[in-house]
Amino acid sequence: MSLLNKHAIFEKNSILLCVGILITVAIGGLVEISPLFYLESTIEKVKGMRPYTPLELAGRNIYIREGCYNCHSQMVRPFRDEAERYGHYSLAAESMYDHPFQWGSKRTGPDLARVGGRYSDDWHVAHLVNPRSVVPESIMPGYPFLANKELKIDDMAGHLAANRGVGVPYTDEMIENAVLDAQVQTNPDADEVDAFMARYPKAQVRDFDGNPDKLTEMDAVVAYLQMLGTLVDFDLYAQDPALR
Amino acid sequence: MAHNVEKDAVTGVDTTGHEWDGIKELNNPLPRWWLWTFYITVIWSIGYWIVYPAWPLVSSYTEGMFGYSSRQEVMDRIAEAKEAQSAYLGKIESASLDEIRNDSELLNFALAGGRSAFAVNCSQCHGQGAQGFVGYPNLNDDEWIWGGKPEEIMQTINFGIRSAHDDTRFSQMPAFGKDGILERPQINAVVEYVLKLSGQEHDAALAGTGQEVFVEQCAACHGENGGGMRELGAPRLSDSIWLYGGDREALRETVTNARYGVMPAWTGRLDEATIKQLAVYVHSLGGGE
Repeated sequence: MSLLNKHAIFEKNSILLCVGILITVAIGGLVEISPLFYLESTIEKVKGMRPYTPLELAGRNIYIREGCYNCHSQMVRPFRDEAERYGHYSLAAESMYDHPFQWGSKRTGPDLARVGGRYSDDWHVAHLVNPRSVVPESIMPGYPFLANKELKIDDMAGHLAANRGVGVPYTDEMIENAVLDAQVQTNPDADEVDAFMARYPKAQVRDFDGNPDKLTEMDAVVAYLQMLGTLVDFDLYAQDPALR
Repeated sequence: MAHNVEKDAVTGVDTTGHEWDGIKELNNPLPRWWLWTFYITVIWSIGYWIVYPAWPLVSSYTEGMFGYSSRQEVMDRIAEAKEAQSAYLGKIESASLDEIRNDSELLNFALAGGRSAFAVNCSQCHGQGAQGFVGYPNLNDDEWIWGGKPEEIMQTINFGIRSAHDDTRFSQMPAFGKDGILERPQINAVVEYVLKLSGQEHDAALAGTGQEVFVEQCAACHGENGGGMRELGAPRLSDSIWLYGGDREALRETVTNARYGVMPAWTGRLDEATIKQLAVYVHSLGGGE
């Protein structure tokens, strides 16, 4: 009986067959997945990426809670038409602190990977409350309750710690100040702004929802939207091919 | 397992030799075309490994014969498109806005390019037809807060209004009510005067008191007769074009809390040629000076 006929052993023993399948699939998986963990070129080295501020992270959680990802992707694919409409194609490094990432290719609404700074805060507030007020042809639902609902920040430190658990480099200092930082980011007059900016370079500090009396979910969502795609310095990236 | 390969009497094909509960199966070979297609795809994959990036190695990966990269490809496509338009784009980059407007071929190109850039980047606030919304100016009319000459429009596009850019256009009307500069009766009076300035129905007696307040507090920027002042971004009040509404209610809100609309700076996000085309396009919409 030749080697080719040895398959009879597997066919007659289901446990052995399962083990055999597992080993075969594992080889394929290892070859495809494990290089991504050690190859330098998997995530390009870029300047500017930092973890989300507590307020941005809270906004991101609301973004996920409300299912924004069902219609909006956050990934400018490397095609000319996408680059011309949305800006520079997305880099892997830009989602390295995203858990979970917000990539996708199904777009009922436009891609949001580079929406930061594209519109004014007022526009975002008006658009989130009633999209038709600024884009008559929009089919997006309104989220008026965001403007009234107070942002829950007492558990912010926990959110940061959870992200650190999966590899986001939040420091002890950041976690300690999480609740305070969430408040400081909407109050340019606060004494702690400098310390906050040192922790989170390039963060935008202002009252995002036009209502300085209250820290709302709208503040968080707009703060998150306004920073999307703004961290990486693309001038540097374009000049230095070694970064790619 | 029994291995009794036998010839099936009906079809003349060998059986596999397996038998379960008296059931045997014929050992028909795979169709030739299927088998060969399969072999060809295997061979094809080897060619694919050689030509395209494929296998991960210890510190890098096989890059393929031509060093293909999807990122390089998109760079090439963009460069190709730029190259195809370079005859125009080059001229637009070096020409002044007036030169563009006086060259019919360049003007055509700039209007088409400006129109599509407007649809992608500007229409969300200013509307598809540039008609504007409350808080976002109509660009078809001939009222300009910061100026309607091509260069002035280009400066606004480049640096924005109250944007994060250092060279942004900036003005800040005091929040007369919120900051306690004016009492509520004074605000009501000045609102009546503004209603009068813009030719609307108003309370004449109140407007008289309002005029005093206006001259003292508002005229420095908006002009004695409410004609506005572009250097300061103070809109004209003596017409019926309003950014935030011109009725009593809206005016009272504006005087009490002030309005600070923001336009982002587009320099850096859009290239110079695109911004020039946008300026020419917006200028052409009907209100340009």
